[in-house]
Amino acid sequence: MNILTTHSIYKSYSNHIALQDISLSVPRQSIFGLLGPNGAGKTTLIRIINQIIAADKGEIYFNGEKLGSRHIENIGYLPEERGLYRKMKVGEHLLYLAQLKGLNKRDAYEKIKSWFTKLEIKGWWNKKIEDLSKGMQQKIQFIATVLHEPALIILDEPFSGFDPVNVQLIIDRIHELREKGSTIIFSTHRMESVEELCDYIALINKSRTILEGAKKDIKATYKSNTFIVEHKHDFRFANPESFALVEKERLDDNYFRSTIRILNGESPNKLLQSLIDLTEVHSFTEKIPSMHEIFIAKVKEEIPS
Amino acid sequence: MNKVILIIKREFITRVRKKSFIIMTILGPLLFAGVFILPVWLAMRDSGNIRTIEVDDDSGLFVNKLEETSNLRFIYVNVEDDKLFEHTMQTNNYGVLHIPNAEIDDLRQVVFYAKSNPGMEVKDDIRRAVNKELENIKLNRSGLSRDEVNQLKGNVSVSATVVTETGEKSGSAEIATAMGYIGALLIYFFIFLFGAQVMRGVIEEKTNRIVEIIVSSVRPFQLMMGKVVGVALVGLTQFILWMALTVGIVQFAKNYFTVDQFEQGKEQIEAVSPQRAEAAQNFEFIFEQVNSLPLGTIFVAFIFYFLGGYFLYGALFAAVGSAADSDTDTQQFMLPITIPLIVSVVTLSAVINEPEGPLAFWLSIIPLTSPVVMMMRLPFIVPTWQLILSMALLVLCFFFTTWMAGKIYRIGILAHGAKVNYRVLWKWLVSKN
Repeated sequence: MNILTTHSIYKSYSNHIALQDISLSVPRQSIFGLLGPNGAGKTTLIRIINQIIAADKGEIYFNGEKLGSRHIENIGYLPEERGLYRKMKVGEHLLYLAQLKGLNKRDAYEKIKSWFTKLEIKGWWNKKIEDLSKGMQQKIQFIATVLHEPALIILDEPFSGFDPVNVQLIIDRIHELREKGSTIIFSTHRMESVEELCDYIALINKSRTILEGAKKDIKATYKSNTFIVEHKHDFRFANPESFALVEKERLDDNYFRSTIRILNGESPNKLLQSLIDLTEVHSFTEKIPSMHEIFIAKVKEEIPS
Repeated sequence: MNKVILIIKREFITRVRKKSFIIMTILGPLLFAGVFILPVWLAMRDSGNIRTIEVDDDSGLFVNKLEETSNLRFIYVNVEDDKLFEHTMQTNNYGVLHIPNAEIDDLRQVVFYAKSNPGMEVKDDIRRAVNKELENIKLNRSGLSRDEVNQLKGNVSVSATVVTETGEKSGSAEIATAMGYIGALLIYFFIFLFGAQVMRGVIEEKTNRIVEIIVSSVRPFQLMMGKVVGVALVGLTQFILWMALTVGIVQFAKNYFTVDQFEQGKEQIEAVSPQRAEAAQNFEFIFEQVNSLPLGTIFVAFIFYFLGGYFLYGALFAAVGSAADSDTDTQQFMLPITIPLIVSVVTLSAVINEPEGPLAFWLSIIPLTSPVVMMMRLPFIVPTWQLILSMALLVLCFFFTTWMAGKIYRIGILAHGAKVNYRVLWKWLVSKN
């Protein structure tokens, strides 16, 4: 069951096209990575999902219903460009944002208190925002995003500007929220940073989706039956029709790292067996392409068409 | 709707809590009351401070004849001309007035020697005393008495009486002018002050990057209206506090003058301090005159034009704020907003000269200038149909500017670092979503 589906979203501005025919399905309780370079249209899509701007064409369904203003309370959004009212106090600021998301005052108060305990910032209620450090403000922004326990949490470039301690803290909270039933959409142009986190991925480039699906399926498709072997002593294959040496790198005097592709439907076990006869194997791993590599490959693939 | 109320509440509370609001609220009435009280106070100030002036009259015309005022006493001395400086330095009195030896018709100038520069008031009093005595002498010479001369002078004043359906009222153009100015300038001042607050609020939200968080919960139009209304309530609160405090202070001052008068007896106070008695009378007069104006209409119209004018411009200020990344960016867009406001203030003096004239009529009908100009006209009685037309147009125009501002605002607040000019604004205005 998908929590969010978009059907052929189009959006153009006066001088450029931001989105063309974007159709995505975000499965419930997944961590969904919306990846793509700067300017691909990610933020525009997110703003449309948040109903900040309207699409020119296309439809969006939330839990099977057509997306409307009543869904605002079910979405938590941490924008890429984010800030707080500097003159307000932490407590009243969070109360304000929570009430705007439809929480009543008493519930909001209780929830803020419990988050304060969770993030070890109990004494902050009466601190002014402007007196907080950047990292501290980021914690407040994150609380504001998830306070109303939204079914869908959208984080746009969540880690830009976060210090490493906060990044880990937020990753932990995200896993926790997912356990409780929330779905998380990550948007980032630094693909390597969230690759491990995501179960589903959509790649957007130049206003179009170029790839979408479960991460493991995508990776499986782009696997090239290539293995990385670290070994002592150089060797040469006796059967070059079965295994091709793609690259060899000398790591030490008599120590090498070779990239080998299996040809003609041979199995990895066969490769390992042949290697054991030829050399002393220290490590043997399958070479799995990173999202970045897949992205590059995919973009290159599309250029001729 | 609930969310708009939340926004209004936040805008209101954060502004009212600011130190600058509290300071302005206290300073404002002191300033206003000062305008009322200062002239009276100035007139009274010198009453206790009597100065003695030595008169060295070489002509012999003025000895024991100069009329003393409540502030000035004259004693008559004889000093050699070449010892005047020395004498002035030594004397304990305020100064020495030297009247040269001259015939009545040749006397052109007298010299006042003092250790410090005498104020305008002292110089005026001396001049008046000398001239009055000179006149007396000249009158005597021509065989006329002062009474006869006074009878010769024309002495007619114009008392304007406005006739309305409810009866006649005596009116004073001066008081009406003053009332008109106060109302017009207050509205001008409020539009600028609070319009700029809206604008700065929008810029703050934009540069703070809070705006995207807020508009993911509410529509941009709701945020804009919440801010505009919130700031309007701040302005209204400030105005009501000002009025209450000003009335309080003026009432207190009025009591102070009249009670004094009552305790001391009228003759006594007039003998000791004629200014004070006069001041009390002036007060009575002003209050009487103010009461003769259509105060109810003026008050209701003031609140209407105050809010209407502010809303008309408030949304435009918000739109300007949304198109800018900083205060300095706003200048190019401020011009079309400030010009009608400045025009309406600059033309006020022309409006007073002819409150029923075509200039006054058109400027008080056109919505961009009507809030200021109509306030100027109101104390002079405006035909009801003109008032209604002006108000209706203001409301219509308010809807139009707010709609226009909303279209610019919703795109502007999310456009960071874009170079915005009038062409871009136009594109935002006509773009569909």
